[in-house]
Amino acid sequence: MAAPTTLPSALADATRDESSLRRFLHGLPGVDQVGVEQRAAGLGTRSIKKAAKLHAIDLAISMVDLTTLEGADTHGKVRSLAAKARRPDPERPDVPQVAAVCVYPDMVKTAADDLVGTGINVASVATAFPSGRSTMDIKLADTRFAVEQGASEVDMVIDRGAFLSGRYGQVFEEIVEIKQACGDAHLKVILETGELVTYDNVRRASWLALLAGGDFIKTSTGKVQPAATLPVTHVMLQAVKDWKNQTGELRGVKPAGGIRTTKDAIKYLVAVHEVAGPEWLDPNLFRFGASTLLNDLLMQRRTQLDGHYSGPDYVTVD
Amino acid sequence: MSDRLTVAKTYKLYIGGKFPRSESGRSYPVSDTKGTFLANAAQGSRKDARDAVSAARKAFAGWSGTTAYNRGQVLYRVAEVLEGRREQFISEVATSEGVAVKKAQSLVDTAIDRWVWYAGWTDKIAAVLGSSNPVAGPYFSFSTPEPTGVVAVLAPQQSSLLGLVSVIAPVVASGNTCVVITSQDRPLPAITLSEVLATSDVPGGVVNIITGRTAEIAPWLASHGDVNALDLTGAPESIRADLERSAAGTVKRVLRNKQNEDFAATPDMSRLRAYLETKTVWHPMGV
Repeated sequence: MAAPTTLPSALADATRDESSLRRFLHGLPGVDQVGVEQRAAGLGTRSIKKAAKLHAIDLAISMVDLTTLEGADTHGKVRSLAAKARRPDPERPDVPQVAAVCVYPDMVKTAADDLVGTGINVASVATAFPSGRSTMDIKLADTRFAVEQGASEVDMVIDRGAFLSGRYGQVFEEIVEIKQACGDAHLKVILETGELVTYDNVRRASWLALLAGGDFIKTSTGKVQPAATLPVTHVMLQAVKDWKNQTGELRGVKPAGGIRTTKDAIKYLVAVHEVAGPEWLDPNLFRFGASTLLNDLLMQRRTQLDGHYSGPDYVTVD
Repeated sequence: MSDRLTVAKTYKLYIGGKFPRSESGRSYPVSDTKGTFLANAAQGSRKDARDAVSAARKAFAGWSGTTAYNRGQVLYRVAEVLEGRREQFISEVATSEGVAVKKAQSLVDTAIDRWVWYAGWTDKIAAVLGSSNPVAGPYFSFSTPEPTGVVAVLAPQQSSLLGLVSVIAPVVASGNTCVVITSQDRPLPAITLSEVLATSDVPGGVVNIITGRTAEIAPWLASHGDVNALDLTGAPESIRADLERSAAGTVKRVLRNKQNEDFAATPDMSRLRAYLETKTVWHPMGV
C-alpha cells in the first residue's frame, strides 16, 4: 500500500498494510453517541439573526453544490441549472454564485460548456453512483470519462459492502486508484453514512478516506435515508480537524441530502464554526449538496431585505 | 362533595393539521363579555403565521385537485361532526358572546346550516360561474373558475362561530386553503371548530387557525409573498388602509367586507366569487 502524500510516521504506519490499517481504524477512540447528539442539538438552538443571518445566507449560497441526479435529467435541465448557478436570483445581481454544479458524468460536458470562465466548478458523481456496485475497471473508466468531459471535481462512492465486512484495504486501494484517475480534479469521497449504521463506523470511514487522499469527505448520495444529519456531520468535522492537527493539511466536508431549509443550513454553519473552526467557513472546505435548499436560501434572503415574507412564486422552479 | 379536579383544556393553535402552542410561547387571557376569566388562549406570532402559510401552500395542490363532488362530501362531513358537538358549541357561544342559551342555539344551528349551504355549492360553482363562450371559428372556448390559492382570513370580531363559519366555508368550498386569525377577544369557539376540522376528513393544512392579536399578525399576512388573497372582514378600522396597501405590493385579491355584515341572513355568492380566478381555454372541435 502506498500513502498518497508524505504523512507523519504514525499515519504512514497505518497505511503500511491491511492489518495495520485495521489496527489503526479500530484504535480510533469511540464516538460518544449521546454526547455528540446532545452537542449537535445544543448548537442547533443557537439564534442567528439580522446581519449575521444575512451573512450566513450569502455564505451558504456560495457553498452550495447545486445538484441534479435524476434518471429524468435532460441537457435542457442541466443548462437551466447552470444558468441558476451563475445568477441564482436574476433580480438581485449581488447574490453570490454557487460553488459548483453536480451532475451525472454524461451531463458534465453540457454543464462545463455553460460554465466556462465563471469560476463555478463542475462536479460529477462517478464510480457506479449511487451503489458503487461494479468492477474496478468500470469505476475507473467512469471517473476518467467524467474528468475528460470537463469535471473539476469527482464525487465517488465507497464500497460500503467491503467496508462493513472489514475489507478496509480494498476500500483504501479503490480510493487511491480513483484519486490517481482524477488527476487534477478534486476528489470527494461519499461515505453513505446512512448505510454505515454507527458513528464509530463513520469515524473510521472518514479517517480511511482522508488517509487514502480524499480532498473532501461527503456524507451521502442523497439516495439513501437517512442522508446528512447534524451528528454525523459533527463526527466528520472532528475528523478533518484532527487531520489538520496531525498533518497540517486542510480537507473539506460536504453534507448532502435532506438539507432543505435555511434554518438547517445555518445549523450546519454553526457546527462548522464550533467543531472544525472558522477557517472551514469557506466554499473550498465546506459544501452543501443540495437542490431545493438554494430556493429557500433565496426566499429567506429576500425576506431579510424586503422586510416581508417571500414565496416560491418569486424564485425559479427547477 | 366530589373532590375530582376538572381537566382544564389547553387552547392551542391549529396549523397543518396539528395543534402546536405558539412558537413565541405566549398566551393571553380570554374572558366572557362580563369580564369573567374563561381560559388562556395561545397568542400567535408572525412566525406562527408564516408556518401556517407554508402549511396552507403545501395543502393547496391536494385540496384544489380533489373533485368538487368529493370536496362537497368532505365539507358535509364537517357539518355532521359539528352537529355532534352542538351542545359544546352552544355553551361556548353563549359564554363568549354573552347571549342567552336560546339565542346561542339559534346561532349554532344557523352556523351548521351555513356550512351545509356552502358544502352544496362545491359542484355547482363551475356550472354557475363558468361559461362556454361564443366564438366565430371552428373551436370551443370555455371559461372555468379556479381557486385563487392561499387566502388569509381575518375573522369577524363579534360573531365568534356563525361569522367564522361564514368566512371560512366559502374559501375552502371553492378549493382554496386558508390561514384564519380568529376573533381576538372571542377565540374559543374557533379552537373547538379546529378540533372538528381535525376529526373530519379535511386534510391538514387546508384550514389553519391562529388565535392572538389581529393587529399584530395581520400586517405580516397582508405583505406575505405567498398569500394570494386577503379577507379584511375582522380587521380593525385603524389598520385597514395599511393592510390594503401592503396587500397591493404582492397583488393580492382583497375582500373589503365590513365588520357589521349580517351573518344570520342567507348569503349570496359574493364570498365564493371573491376567491376564484377565471381560466379561459380554447379547444379544437372534434370531427
